[in-house]
Amino acid sequence: MTTNTRIPLSTLKSRLAAACATAALLLAAGAAQAADLNALIWCDHSDPALLQPFEQANNVKVNVKEFEGTGAGLAIVEQSQPGDWDVMVIDSIDVPRGVEKGLFEPLPEDKLPFADLFPEVKMDKSTIVDGKRYGITEKFGYNTIGFNKTKVDPADMQSLASLTSDKYKGKVAIYDYYLPVIGMAALAIGKKTADLTEADLPALKAELLKMKAYAKLVGEVTASQTALATGEVDILVGGGEWVTAGLAKENPALDFSIPKEGAVLWSQSLAMFKDSKNKDMALKFIQYILSPEGQARLATSSCYWGMPSNKKAALTDDQKKILRFDEQPGFLARAQAYPAPNADLDKKMQDMWTEMLQAQ
Amino acid sequence: MASAGNNTRALPWALVTPALAWTLLFFVLPFIAMGLSSLTAHEGGGFTLANYSQFFTDPSYWRAMVNSLEMTAIVTVISILLAYPFAWTLAEMVPERWQRLALMLAVLPFWTSYVVRSYSWLLVLAQNGVINRALTGLGVIGEPLQLANTRFATVTGFVHFFVMLLTLTIFANLKQLSPSYRKAAADLGAGPVRTFLHVVLPLTLPGIMVGAFLTFVLCIGDYITPQILGGNNELVMPQLVMMQIGRRGDFPLASALSIILMAVVTIAYLACARWLKIERA
Repeated sequence: MTTNTRIPLSTLKSRLAAACATAALLLAAGAAQAADLNALIWCDHSDPALLQPFEQANNVKVNVKEFEGTGAGLAIVEQSQPGDWDVMVIDSIDVPRGVEKGLFEPLPEDKLPFADLFPEVKMDKSTIVDGKRYGITEKFGYNTIGFNKTKVDPADMQSLASLTSDKYKGKVAIYDYYLPVIGMAALAIGKKTADLTEADLPALKAELLKMKAYAKLVGEVTASQTALATGEVDILVGGGEWVTAGLAKENPALDFSIPKEGAVLWSQSLAMFKDSKNKDMALKFIQYILSPEGQARLATSSCYWGMPSNKKAALTDDQKKILRFDEQPGFLARAQAYPAPNADLDKKMQDMWTEMLQAQ
Repeated sequence: MASAGNNTRALPWALVTPALAWTLLFFVLPFIAMGLSSLTAHEGGGFTLANYSQFFTDPSYWRAMVNSLEMTAIVTVISILLAYPFAWTLAEMVPERWQRLALMLAVLPFWTSYVVRSYSWLLVLAQNGVINRALTGLGVIGEPLQLANTRFATVTGFVHFFVMLLTLTIFANLKQLSPSYRKAAADLGAGPVRTFLHVVLPLTLPGIMVGAFLTFVLCIGDYITPQILGGNNELVMPQLVMMQIGRRGDFPLASALSIILMAVVTIAYLACARWLKIERA
């Protein structure tokens, strides 16, 4: 019995070789995994036209997970193991939320093209915490008035008052995101978006209810974009280049204006995780996204277009025209900050938005 | 003998253990976690009942539950009214050899994606959609009607889906019904209408109730259809839950709202179960 179960040396050797090969494969797989980059992103970063050049140039696989809303993104991080994620796309105004939770790594300013960014979108108030920079703006745009210029008088779109005029009643959609539209309501009543306090809420609520009374629907990104593109509505409150630019080829009638009262400047940033196991690759990714080529690809991503934060973005003349690149200095001068309320005011603003949605 | 007895007692437990473990892991534990989360303050943690009190004191939150219940009731009633004649026709009028094909055709909508189906309805009901174009083309209306982005659109999307579900449960019930009941009723002098009202309908009520309960549960917890077709002109409970998560990540409040929604579903289940028990008795 003992003799029968004894393993011959040759068999042992071959098994040892197999075990070594398996171990080598596992190590190789481990090494391949180490070359992966895990990114928590918005949909514009999942475009293969954006990711593939980086992957090929660096022999790395970028694994992406899309999320909507900072709260949902931070919840994913909390449910993950430290080191699972390398980079994150985040609303610039929410960078401090990630820093407070101890998630982000300071970025090396000398290795990123800060000098090439539009100065107005550096967002130092949000992206610098305690003297250290934790986020870099990669894309921006405006929550303003998107419209179909064959259906409305473009001159009317130079004033927010048109949104609540009988002329366009039932032809308006409102983008379903409370912060930028509350910002627009603030502009409509002559308030500065950066100075909003709880005392302003009653006036803001009255303006929002007025907007709702004239609107046909309140829709998230796809719904509002579809409504404008299909002619269900002619005006989108909160829309901008992010809605109209991507559809410009199929529907050149779609346009946006920055009314005399101003518009709300949105911006998204890239941040690196403190616990990232691939900080070098994460930095390379951020450098790529901020490079002229990366910026052009991100700006014209299939999910939505937006202005690149780098002035040197390698956009074609047509793309620049669609994004109204040359008009940016004027737009930026009239744009106001994205509302950045503290947690308490944020909750009150969301409840006010809920009330507006429920109003009949 | 004792060993055989132990084995006899152990076997049923062994058989149900996987199901129990599954329920424990994927229902009971998450439910407890959600319950604990609902009693925690979003900012700073700590025990609080504020998440529940917000629902009961804020009219716009309470309104979401009213909207959900109203919409679910309308959808359930319309679906029953449409599904019953459909199931009846399938069971009684269609020859048996065609019934399988007819049922397959009836459940075809289930084979398409829920999101795609809802967007398709949006295109049908839109201002430039099929219905408005047909009505304006025929001269029935001068201006397009607002059909999309309304409660009507949401109800239509729901009914399209749930009529099929109810048809299946009612059809199964009708097929189980022995023909002798009808023969006996006819022998006793009852006409077709009287036989239907006093014999067939009461005997198919369990099928209606089961279908109605499924419709209630699926409809009241659905986020996609109202989100796509309703135009956010009124919020229902699942939309309110999702709203808490997006930007602010307020999971405690979202948990509290989910538990309230679940309590409503449980009450509906208990009422349904009690009614079915009474019927059987």
